[in-house]
Amino acid sequence: MSRGPLLFKDIDTPNLTALEVYRRGGGYETAAATVGKTPAEQVIEVVKASGLRGRGGAGFPTGLKWGFVPKASPKPRYIVCNADESEPGTFKDRELMEKNPHLLLEGMLLAGYAIGSHVGYVYLRGEFEYIQRILDRAIAEARSAGILGTSSLGSGYAFEIHTHLGAGAYICGEETALLSSLEGFRGQPRLKPPFPAVEGLYACPTVVNNTETLMAVPPIVKHGAAWYRQWGTEQSAGTKIFSVSGPVRKPGNYEVPLGYSMKKLIEDDCGGMVTGLQLKAVIPGGSSVPLLPAADLDTPLDYESMNAKGTFLGSGGVIVIDDQTCIVDALWNITRFYEHESCGKCTPCREGTYWMSEVLERLEHGGGKPGDIDLLADVADNILGKSFCALGDAAAMPVQGALKHFREEFEFHAQRKTCLVNRRRESVAGANR
Amino acid sequence: MSHGTVMPVEGPETLAWSEKARADVAEALARYPVPRSAVMPVLWIAQREWGWLPPAALRLVAESVGLPESEVFGIATFYTMFNLKPVGRHHLQVCMTLSCSLMGSDRLFRHLERKLGVGHGGTTPDGRFTLRKVECLAACGMAPCLQVGFDYHENLDEAKVDALLEELK
Repeated sequence: MSRGPLLFKDIDTPNLTALEVYRRGGGYETAAATVGKTPAEQVIEVVKASGLRGRGGAGFPTGLKWGFVPKASPKPRYIVCNADESEPGTFKDRELMEKNPHLLLEGMLLAGYAIGSHVGYVYLRGEFEYIQRILDRAIAEARSAGILGTSSLGSGYAFEIHTHLGAGAYICGEETALLSSLEGFRGQPRLKPPFPAVEGLYACPTVVNNTETLMAVPPIVKHGAAWYRQWGTEQSAGTKIFSVSGPVRKPGNYEVPLGYSMKKLIEDDCGGMVTGLQLKAVIPGGSSVPLLPAADLDTPLDYESMNAKGTFLGSGGVIVIDDQTCIVDALWNITRFYEHESCGKCTPCREGTYWMSEVLERLEHGGGKPGDIDLLADVADNILGKSFCALGDAAAMPVQGALKHFREEFEFHAQRKTCLVNRRRESVAGANR
Repeated sequence: MSHGTVMPVEGPETLAWSEKARADVAEALARYPVPRSAVMPVLWIAQREWGWLPPAALRLVAESVGLPESEVFGIATFYTMFNLKPVGRHHLQVCMTLSCSLMGSDRLFRHLERKLGVGHGGTTPDGRFTLRKVECLAACGMAPCLQVGFDYHENLDEAKVDALLEELK
């Protein structure tokens, strides 16, 4: 049974990780027809016209990003796959790579060819060691078959791919921090500009794309931009994989056209909430984005509709929060995450995440002081837009969203020193401290 | 940032690569135009060899990739998965982030604490288990989850965790 229109269409084909099986379904035909044959500029144009946007969270137009690579640079260029997948609530790239590694390799080959790169790196989060083994096997197979190497698919175009395993740092999902890490430094972000397209890996022109983005490239190049635009909306073209988690009946990865109803995704595809629980809020795009209350459940899953509601489509990590969960506790959990993952480079993020976590901890445990809610809002406001990279924003936005939609739960905590809602979970005081 | 205060732990005075590890180090260095880039892969090789990264291993890594020891120490302490202290034979890393928490990871962790008699970061006296809270493992739809070393165990509850502990000798 097909699980989605495009990337998940054949994802459950038995043994798809094997080159032979991948080729039987038309695998590497697009690369064979393109690399060394179609002008690179034309590949970029197709991707631009398709409207494909970065699926890792930022939603930046992919073709445009590729177009920023300077044509005349004498330096080597690099294509890097961001397979760090560390945004809480997101687990799509893991399934994509686990089941269809060759599609990623083909996407990297096409993207590499488009920007004139001869080497690609896949940066995997450290926990994905088994995925590294799957990819390394696929790379070895592709190399023996002449798909990778000095003359990729007999085109005369050299292309090689290597995997690189991270070691536990959320910040490495930020593209410049990823590049620092890949170069052998602590994974701390770098100032932009220069953007990686101009000065990225080893100060050479580099494109960093998310796994899902790169995997959408082969079908786009094969079938064309108009075909890809049969799904989605004008500004949000194509399909997207949403990772649904929380107390729904059937959590998991779902590929749907962009613009799909979030209500339908949760109530129909995921079978609704587990017995006895009601939906209270949804975080639509990974823990970094502001949550939406149940009243906004029917928001279409696309970039523009989410922005109109004051949140983001992000990575597509849909976290469903039930009516027996305390928002203060849930937010404390998220804030603790950012406190733990702050790289320490800039003050607003390093200190701000710590303070927000402190305030939330004492509110949650009945030790809230008068003015704590305003303090929380103030700290968040002093991180947002003032931190060195997007991690600070990612820490501040959930706080602002929760205060906007569920302020009464915070006030109840501050005044009554206890939870407004019944708690079905035991909290662990001082987790990760 | 993630390790908090790290005090170097004593270990063997010197260490040397096994033949297999030496080949792997050479292979790692060949993947990059700059030797420094191999520091993480080589740290992983060292951790695979000795289970953790004693100072002697960090020195060996520094020598292998041509970096000062202090730099390698700075890198190893930045990433949470590099063990700067010995860990038990089975390293239980329980995800505590929101999706897992919504599905009962807090209760699961308490259960493990009670069962093993150690808390976050603790190792059982027999050296069999190290228990640790970790952040999101990208298994949110299969929550709650934990990793034993690199192996994922998902959709857990107390009974499944008990059965798992039995298996892990």
